[in-house]
Amino acid sequence: MIYFDKVTKTYLDNLKALDEVTLSIEPKEMVTIVGHSGAGKSTLIKMLLAEDEPTTGSVYFESVDIHSLKRSLLTQYRRRIGIIFQDFRLLPHKTAYENVAFAMEAAGRSDEEIESDVPYALELVDLREKIWNFPSELSGGERQRVAIARAIVNQPDVLVADEPTGNLDPMNTYDVVQILKKIHDLGTTVILTTHNKGVVDSIDKRVVTMEKGKIIKDVKHGKLTL
Amino acid sequence: MMTSMKRILRAGFLAFWRNSVVSVASVFVMTVTLSVIGSIIFTQVTLQTTLAQISDKVDVNVYFVTTAREEDILAVKTALEGLPEVAATEYVTKDKVYQDFRTRHENDSLTLQALDELEENPLGAILNVRAKETSQYASIAQFLETSDLLKKNETPIIDKVNYQQNRAAIDKLAAIIASSEKIGLFVTAILVVMSILITFNTIRLAIFTSKDEITVMRLVGASSAFSRGPFIVQGIMAGLSSAVIALAIFYPLTYWLAPFTTDFFSGLNLFSYYVDNFPQFFLMIMGSGIALGSISSVLAVRKYLKV
Ligand SMILES: Nc1ncnc2c1ncn2[C@@H]1O[C@H](COP(=O)(O)OP(=O)(O)OP(=O)(O)O)[C@@H](O)[C@H]1O
Ligand SMILES: [Mg+2]
Repeated sequence: MIYFDKVTKTYLDNLKALDEVTLSIEPKEMVTIVGHSGAGKSTLIKMLLAEDEPTTGSVYFESVDIHSLKRSLLTQYRRRIGIIFQDFRLLPHKTAYENVAFAMEAAGRSDEEIESDVPYALELVDLREKIWNFPSELSGGERQRVAIARAIVNQPDVLVADEPTGNLDPMNTYDVVQILKKIHDLGTTVILTTHNKGVVDSIDKRVVTMEKGKIIKDVKHGKLTL
Repeated sequence: MMTSMKRILRAGFLAFWRNSVVSVASVFVMTVTLSVIGSIIFTQVTLQTTLAQISDKVDVNVYFVTTAREEDILAVKTALEGLPEVAATEYVTKDKVYQDFRTRHENDSLTLQALDELEENPLGAILNVRAKETSQYASIAQFLETSDLLKKNETPIIDKVNYQQNRAAIDKLAAIIASSEKIGLFVTAILVVMSILITFNTIRLAIFTSKDEITVMRLVGASSAFSRGPFIVQGIMAGLSSAVIALAIFYPLTYWLAPFTTDFFSGLNLFSYYVDNFPQFFLMIMGSGIALGSISSVLAVRKYLKV
């Protein structure tokens, strides 16, 4: 489904953030990418989202080179990928409900679809009572759950999470991991990066370890050994 | 499709109100620009009407000497009517001139008394000639200078021809119109550029303040219309507001100027002109406002909002 073909990303100062990375991810897989800070995890995600061009190599999604897509097709492609970041990136002057609805509005969905799907997505992340709160009125864990609801509300094929638990305490981290696993069980491909040993252990799925822009380990059922 | 349109419009309206403090500058400069465009039209119309009326009113007046015989005058009249440049001629007899003079000086007993003391009518007949176009007065004048009909036995039968004076006035007015047109175009061009720059900057600021929103839009795969549309709507809103203000300003402005233009410029009532031609003005000013707003915002969005 996703295939990185010898992807190298060199930044201005000749630093190889990615060094000939080849990686294949199957549909409905759950992959955790681990590595020290600066190993290139976020860069890998950026390549997958087509936010930046690889210096050499290609990224394929369902056999299509995503970096050759025209803008309108790129928009279509991005709608098939849900994204979560460490810093949530919610809109501060919109409520939890509105933040999730905004993703559907942007994707051009009808008002009826929005009314039926937004509550469903918020329920999936166990956020029922606080859907009319603004982000500033939510805890970090709750905010990340709103972000997850927003990422999945358009029913993407892939959910990508770059350090989703980076800003969360252990309790909230546990909750978020459980929700990600639930989403994976419902049939979505999930790719996440993390530093957190506990996260990797509790997921107990494929683990890809990166170091200095290279993949140095790729195991089916991983425990973290950095 | 309709839903997206509605959302883009709503977001644009909201952004316009939210950024109203920043929008004020661009609304102001666009209002000035549109008002100047309107004022130029008013000025041109006033001057053109005045020119048309002067040109229409002004004849070449041929004053005959008192001794000129009617048949000689009629011969000149026929000859003039034969010229292709001449639109019409009017023969005013000696007696009629005398009567007109008396009526004109009705209240001036001294003049009338002096006139009465004369045994003969001291005034000569007049032939008024109107050319088809202003530029043709010269050739009529030339004809009058060279024609044999104007002399009888080597004594001229014409006292004087007064085309010269009016011609100067007409030329002057035509020159004023031409240069006011040029100045108007120049000022408009500068203001248009200023409007576009300032509105461009307003939209650029709006884009920067909405950076988070735009990031999220990109994240969730918003179409370029969805993320760019609201800013273009915002620019058009600024243009529309300016147009409404400018159109509203013309109302009291022309009303206030109307007595002045009516008295000093050929009886054109600027206010009635504005009211009568309001649909055209509305389309012109609104169209210009929308054009200014959309050009500026499209430029800003293309430069600062990469999707
Ligand atoms: N835009 C950029 N310009 C220059 N260098 C960059 C840029 N983005 C990343 N890098 C460099 O590329 C390398 C890999 O960065 P990346 O963000 O992928 O690491 P990471 O594995 O996500 O680290 P972390 O765990 O701290 O998030 C780092 O050395 C970083 O400094
Ligand atoms: Mg990172």
